Amino acid sequence: MIQYAVDLPEIDFSYAPPREGERVIQFREALREAMSEEMRRDERIFLMGEEVAEYNGAYKVSQGMLDEFGPKRIIDTPISENGFAGLGIAAAMAGLRPIVEFMSWSFSLVAADQILNNAPKMLYMSGGQWGCPIVFRGNDGAGGQLGSTHSWCVEGLYSNVPGMKMVIPSNPYDAKGLLKTAIRDPDPVFFLESERMLGDRAHVPPEEYYIPFGQARLAREGDACTLVSFGRPVNFCLEAGEALSGQGIEVDVLDMRTIRPLDIDAIVRSVQKTNRIVVVDQCWPFASVASEVMAQICEHAFDWLDAPPVRVNTDDVPTPYAKNLEAAYLPNPEKIIRAVTHLVG
Amino acid sequence: MTQAATRARAGDRPSDRLSDETLLKWLSDMQLIREFETRTMQAYQQAKIGGFCHIYTGQEPVAVGTIQSVQPDDPVITAYRDHGHALARGMDPRACMAEMFGKITGCAKGKGGSMHMFDRPHHLYGGHGIVGAQTPLGAGLAFAARYELEVLGTGKKRVCLCYLGDGALDQGAFHEAQNLASLFGLPVIYIVENNGYSMGTAIHRHTANHEHLLDRARGYGIDAVQIDGFDVLRIYDEFKPFADACREDQRPGFVNLITYRYQGHSMSDPQKYRTKEEVERFKEKDGIASLVHHLMSSEDEGGRGCLSEDEWKQMQREIRERVMDAVRFAEESPEPDVETELYSDVFLNPMPHLSPIRDYVHGAPNPLLADDA
Repeated sequence: MIQYAVDLPEIDFSYAPPREGERVIQFREALREAMSEEMRRDERIFLMGEEVAEYNGAYKVSQGMLDEFGPKRIIDTPISENGFAGLGIAAAMAGLRPIVEFMSWSFSLVAADQILNNAPKMLYMSGGQWGCPIVFRGNDGAGGQLGSTHSWCVEGLYSNVPGMKMVIPSNPYDAKGLLKTAIRDPDPVFFLESERMLGDRAHVPPEEYYIPFGQARLAREGDACTLVSFGRPVNFCLEAGEALSGQGIEVDVLDMRTIRPLDIDAIVRSVQKTNRIVVVDQCWPFASVASEVMAQICEHAFDWLDAPPVRVNTDDVPTPYAKNLEAAYLPNPEKIIRAVTHLVG
Repeated sequence: MTQAATRARAGDRPSDRLSDETLLKWLSDMQLIREFETRTMQAYQQAKIGGFCHIYTGQEPVAVGTIQSVQPDDPVITAYRDHGHALARGMDPRACMAEMFGKITGCAKGKGGSMHMFDRPHHLYGGHGIVGAQTPLGAGLAFAARYELEVLGTGKKRVCLCYLGDGALDQGAFHEAQNLASLFGLPVIYIVENNGYSMGTAIHRHTANHEHLLDRARGYGIDAVQIDGFDVLRIYDEFKPFADACREDQRPGFVNLITYRYQGHSMSDPQKYRTKEEVERFKEKDGIASLVHHLMSSEDEGGRGCLSEDEWKQMQREIRERVMDAVRFAEESPEPDVETELYSDVFLNPMPHLSPIRDYVHGAPNPLLADDA
């Protein structure tokens, strides 16, 4: 059980299969593929959460995994997030490699003590004796008229805590490569998915590949303005970029992919070209990841800015239920286009 | 080693089969905790120890009696009144004291403090500061042990000891942990060190139906016993078979261990909530004094007759010197280096841009793992 040496992954990050191809699968299948590939490789990995086994996943992410790996490795839990999050943390300390699924990150709030106090701080509190190689993953952000308590974006709140890594993919290809890296990493990783993207379809290579943390992807190129985002709103930025192109405005769209680490170098490089930045973030604005990006860009590239940085967040109210209110509350391509045209114009 | 020192008594109780040598070692372990805590209080009053500091004095038979009932590689986890468990588990008093002094030679390199005693070679998984937070972790340690056995096929039957105070009875985390432990059949024993107070609130004021604590555990389908925690032999007699059964059957257990702390909740507690008379009444049941009496009494008197007055004084002297050595060691040890230690032990796999302030690094090896490096 006890392995004293740090189990650092030996991963060849230089292998990156093409993003374009014919093997079109859903986002949820890409996640499943990442978990299943890693579980075949390493028996210490298990998946635990509400409805992951017999129900085949509340959102069908783990469909079929019970059949392949059996009930000792695909484990249904009661609705008891604080309990099973803590169980997973200690299992990780003891040498296992748990993947703990939160049906929604909204529900992780009742496990805040375990996931914020124990997982990210165990290594420090024990003076380097015990790390916590665990992945917490699940849906983050507004799922669609779920109301205020079920629509949390936890990245602003949780990324404040040192000791964990945070990953927020925006597409199936990255989801697979990033989740595989997350499972191999010896530190706690918070992996944030979106219910609204699980059905998104794209080419995902069938082979194994890993995407390194801390490397943003330039998803669209232009020189008028830098759009920085992560997770689902990256897709809004790409839509906005397409529309803006019709108006003769070409933008850089940076998909950060990980929040901790944050590839500030890529943002600086882009801003040195565009001299303008809009940060799109589906969290509330106060003390958000957008605030952090804006602070860092002011620290690192203040002289390159021709205008103050701009942020597009959700509105600063609890998430509303009514369809029109929720639509008005969330970031969307129109808001991004407005922000960019205001900044460029 | 004389014949007398290895002799065990013929009798019905499991402790009757323990050698005199073993019982003398347990006496020494309990006295070590008591002496250690006396010096800890002194150092705290001299402001050499900071933060919150919870003294174990009075509860020594609990840590020693339960830990000696299991194997050295069974996982142990506890709350913040943790010095006793650390020492009973075998932590070097130097590493324990140096941790509280905030020194690099401490068990957590001075990054944990009094409430966070971790000892990987001795399978002590902390020292946890949030009331009840260690109870889901205890379930997880038991889960890992069972997973190792049944999925990886590499382990053996283990049982996890997870300690909590009576204050943690009221925390939701503990109820979730019990439910999971019972549901999944996890070999974890929740040992409630019931000293009657949740900080300054007496148990009848903080736990509903407190006279029937065992019913709570039984409500989760967990086997539960109450054990008088003032006599280390009685703890062993009743806890050892209980722990053996939980290990053998790979299932959880719950123990209401009645004990008492002589000091306040923490060093800053004026103890207005209880009388001096109450404290004195419990001191009459002192677990160290009663074991000394047992070991000094002749066999005709029902004792062991294996300890003389002089030998007991000699034992106390040696322990006092050992603890003073720990205090000197702690005082003379260097503080953690700010440049290398502030930003180390945050990540096992540090990488650039995890923080806007600076990069994380690897610091000095942990002193408890030094032999392993």
